[in-house]
Amino acid sequence: MAAPRELKITPIKNGTVIDHIGNGLSLEVLRIIGVGDLDKDSTVSVALHVRSQKMGWKDIVKVENMELSPRKVNAIALIAPTATISIIRDYKVREKRTVDLPERIVGVARCPNPNCITNRGEPVESEFDVARRRPVVLRCIYCERQMDDFLSHLI
Amino acid sequence: MALKGRDIISIRDLSREEIEEVLKVAHRMIPIAEGSKIDRRLDGIILALAFLEPSTRTRLSFETAAQRLGARCITIADPATSSVVKGETLSDTVRMLSGYADALVLRHPNEGAARLAAEMSDKPVINAGDGAGQHPTQTLLDLATIQEAHGTLSGLRVVLLGDLKYGRTVHSLAHALALFGAEMVLISPPSLKLPDEVTEHLDQLGARVREEEQLHRAVRDADVLYVTRIQKERFGDEAEYAKVAGSYRIDNSVLAGAKQRLIVMHPLPRLGEIAPEVDGSPHAAYFRQAFLGVPVRMALLSLVLKGKGA
Ligand SMILES: Nc1ncnc2c1ncn2[C@@H]1O[C@H](COP(=O)(O)OP(=O)(O)O)[C@@H](O)[C@H]1O
Ligand SMILES: [Mg+2]
Ligand SMILES: [Zn+2]
Repeated sequence: MAAPRELKITPIKNGTVIDHIGNGLSLEVLRIIGVGDLDKDSTVSVALHVRSQKMGWKDIVKVENMELSPRKVNAIALIAPTATISIIRDYKVREKRTVDLPERIVGVARCPNPNCITNRGEPVESEFDVARRRPVVLRCIYCERQMDDFLSHLI
Repeated sequence: MALKGRDIISIRDLSREEIEEVLKVAHRMIPIAEGSKIDRRLDGIILALAFLEPSTRTRLSFETAAQRLGARCITIADPATSSVVKGETLSDTVRMLSGYADALVLRHPNEGAARLAAEMSDKPVINAGDGAGQHPTQTLLDLATIQEAHGTLSGLRVVLLGDLKYGRTVHSLAHALALFGAEMVLISPPSLKLPDEVTEHLDQLGARVREEEQLHRAVRDADVLYVTRIQKERFGDEAEYAKVAGSYRIDNSVLAGAKQRLIVMHPLPRLGEIAPEVDGSPHAAYFRQAFLGVPVRMALLSLVLKGKGA
């Protein structure tokens, strides 16, 4: 249903909207985006606890003048698998996609096993494959340890 | 089925057919391993044994296997006394060694080390144990022992006893037994049960697995009794450990009701899990098991380096 537009925050000319973030997870999404790295004239707006038909409650994050790297999209897919990402150009939604989890997740999260070789100063990035999708469980391709708690292990 | 040039990191990297091939070749290696037949098929080969965590038994077993087939070894036996590896990353050590040798055997205290080494090396890497991770040649020699005693791996009833939680050998063995359709019976203290992760994996493979509480009942109709170490560190207090260890101890009275063909296995070294009186019984297979490590490793080296077992 085309409900009244939900632009609770000022429209942006160019940038990225991350919508349908699970309730309360927007701060983690901001951490992933790395607000400190943004152009100094960019505004970031966050809407917490927004009514959603699909999800009950959700969060929304809007960032001006930025498009997300694939690595950041993968990180968002881990903690907010329901999120949708819209690219805004000239006030219009030009691209819209869901954050599909890829088969391999490289360099996004640290292996939870402190004894894993990837946590020992070797010149190698962490790498996981997806052991299960719903809910997401990752498996370290090196030590084979499984992980379902990504928040505390994001790099 | 080509094992030539392959890395052998985890038993899960091998298909049932590949495991069967290794076991078949291992069987033919026995007279060479015993010294009654001479075969120098790996003449000219140099094997690097990087034991970045000391493990004398496994190292000697690999050295014996290599030398029986005419290969020579360059060995790091103990990182503490080796200036080569002090302060160096594993990645650098591996890249250096892969420039010297035709294949690498790696033992390392960190899980996942062998997988990383395989990425860094342009020569095949054989995992000889990485931390609490994988140790595929142990699993292969376990299978060789069962195969030799029973002539098959299918349709057997295998009791896995002791620490099923932390014991990596048991997890890998259970995976392999599932590939061959053996039935598994698990006996462990409640705090040392098989992890859910492993149980789920075995389910996915369609394995027949059940738990049993009574040791006598489990032993009665078993073909294999696989005993693992129960380590003191796993228990809060000494008394609890002593109680658990005592209730899982294998002696001749436990074996009294067993089938004649039951074999008792143990990855060794044992602590007190199997009474010395069992050593003389026809059930005792753990020393044979240790010996079979040599022909199994010969088979693997031969297949990885030459691609053939004949
Ligand atoms: N110019 C804009 N500035 C800021 N946010 C916008 C803009 N245009 C659309 N959005 C937001 O981007 C998301 C995707 O937009 P759209 O595809 O139109 O809506 P919906 O997903 O709600 O059907 C929504 O959260 C919407 O509020
Ligand atoms: Mg919407
Ligand atoms: Zn790991």
